[in-house]
Amino acid sequence: MSTDTMERREAVSPAGTGGTPAPAGPTRRRRPDTGQLAAWAFLAPVVAYLAVFYVWPLVRNVDLSTHDYTVRSFIDGNAPFIGFENFADVFTSPTFGPALINTLLFTGISIAFQFSIGMALAVFFFQRFPLSATLRALFLVPWLLPLIVSASTWSWMLNSESGVVNSVIRTLGGDQVNWLTSPQWALTSVIIANIWIGIPFNLVILYSGLQNISGDIYEAAALDGANAWQVFWRITFPLLRPVSAITILLGLVYTLKVFDIIWIMTRGGPGDASTTFAIWSYQLGFGSTLPSFGPAAAVGNLLIVMALVCGFVYLRVQRKQDQS
Amino acid sequence: MTTAVRPAAAPRSEARRASSGRAGRRSLATTVIGVVLTAIMLFPIYWMINVSLTPTAQMRQSPPSWFPAAPTLDGYRAVVADQLPYLGTSLLVGIGTVVVTIALAAPAAYSLAKLRPRGGGALSFVLLVAQMIPQVIMAMGFYAIYLNLGILDEWWGLVIADSTLAVPFGVLIFTAFMRGIPDELMSAAKLDGAGAWRTFISIVLPVSRNSAVTVGLFAFLWAWSDFVFSSTLNSGGDAQTITLGIYRYIGNNNQEWNSIMATAVVASIPATVLLVVAQRYVAAGVTAGAVKD
Repeated sequence: MSTDTMERREAVSPAGTGGTPAPAGPTRRRRPDTGQLAAWAFLAPVVAYLAVFYVWPLVRNVDLSTHDYTVRSFIDGNAPFIGFENFADVFTSPTFGPALINTLLFTGISIAFQFSIGMALAVFFFQRFPLSATLRALFLVPWLLPLIVSASTWSWMLNSESGVVNSVIRTLGGDQVNWLTSPQWALTSVIIANIWIGIPFNLVILYSGLQNISGDIYEAAALDGANAWQVFWRITFPLLRPVSAITILLGLVYTLKVFDIIWIMTRGGPGDASTTFAIWSYQLGFGSTLPSFGPAAAVGNLLIVMALVCGFVYLRVQRKQDQS
Repeated sequence: MTTAVRPAAAPRSEARRASSGRAGRRSLATTVIGVVLTAIMLFPIYWMINVSLTPTAQMRQSPPSWFPAAPTLDGYRAVVADQLPYLGTSLLVGIGTVVVTIALAAPAAYSLAKLRPRGGGALSFVLLVAQMIPQVIMAMGFYAIYLNLGILDEWWGLVIADSTLAVPFGVLIFTAFMRGIPDELMSAAKLDGAGAWRTFISIVLPVSRNSAVTVGLFAFLWAWSDFVFSSTLNSGGDAQTITLGIYRYIGNNNQEWNSIMATAVVASIPATVLLVVAQRYVAAGVTAGAVKD
């Protein structure tokens, strides 16, 4: 990227100052206007695409959240504007409290475990040993599987009577746990499955972060007689702090969105026990025969705001890191 | 999920490692630990395969058998009998998504990387933000629009929706790669009288084919794995996807877990292929920028 900074500066200045002659470039003739035209001609499809398939659905979503929509109003186009009534309904709903707490617990606990396990594994795989590259590649499999595959496998493993997890617990002398069907365990179950899916992502990013730490530092530490524990806490962890921040923030953005796993394993139940905002929104909009699109879109908009806040913090942190 | 691929594209410096004068025995022990950790991590996948081969009669025995002692292919027979149309739809939707994604992302990336459009930075920013929008919300918007236009349950409607998962990612990957194409290559084409379009078609695209493979593979995988769009935009039509096939299996015949897990195994094939193939291509995409002639 840095190699073409010179080139870029050269290209930008004539465009910025309008018609002034381009800086001396013996072989290159630059005509900014046709250049810009061509540049935007190549961008036009994506810009149109973003406008139609991102902006329009999002605008439609805001529109849904401020009108009293029913299935009927889609057909006759008659949905009265009700302002923030949908939002008020959502905030006063008995589901709001549990959904908010579940979303925070699901996101927070998932990320704490994904990150620490991912970090431990990254450090482990960073040692040179036979098969390390192959094993590291195998660790990616859970991340690449369709979520419905992972979720249904976990459902069966956590099945109360016939699941392998309970079978092991019984063998060890414990009592059967109703992982998916009891209110006190449902959220834990979906968090376990989500941690399993998220470990590879953390492993990959943190591993690439380790690769960027200069080996000289480790050599110096080895000469000073530091043990592995000291090396990790005094060198690896502090130097990985920027990468860690990025990993955790991206994890936040992606974990807030999680829908498939919870929906397939518990459908947010029993009751509200594992209902997060994403689940709640889907339940309202598509989960019953009598959809309430307005409140569904309102919940969705709250979720967007949460995701974007994390997203902007992520972009800020990343930009700061690029500058330094 | 999307951004996690970027670090993999970073140049690998396997040489840079903590200095280790450790004996071979120590590294053998580490390998054993590594194998055990991997086995624990992959246990659910093993279990999926094990269950897919277990006869229905033994499905609910306690304790479950840890190995498919008397394997049956009943589950896979059920896949062939019930799921082929679903697999076909997913294949079609996946390929459609790949085509749409590459057709949109490659030209845009060329412009962002080499043509320096005014406002390009803002567009890149919008693409980054677009990746953060929860899919459930996109689904709601798409549903409202598709319902009005009367294009619910069309496979190509699903292609359009699925491509929103991959287009921003595609632009970012292509841009990162195309930035690395030497400018000399392009000014040579310009001297030969090629316009921006000819340069793009005859130089930039062929050089970028490895990143095209990477983008294509991920676009395919995401479309193949998609459940949210399938279940909202395409749940009533004739052509439904494999994720819905599995979902209906779970709902309908709760007892036939070997069939469900066999379908899951079959649905995992693209991911496995991707892992084997794309590992090479992701790395190749980074180094292929070198000019040979």
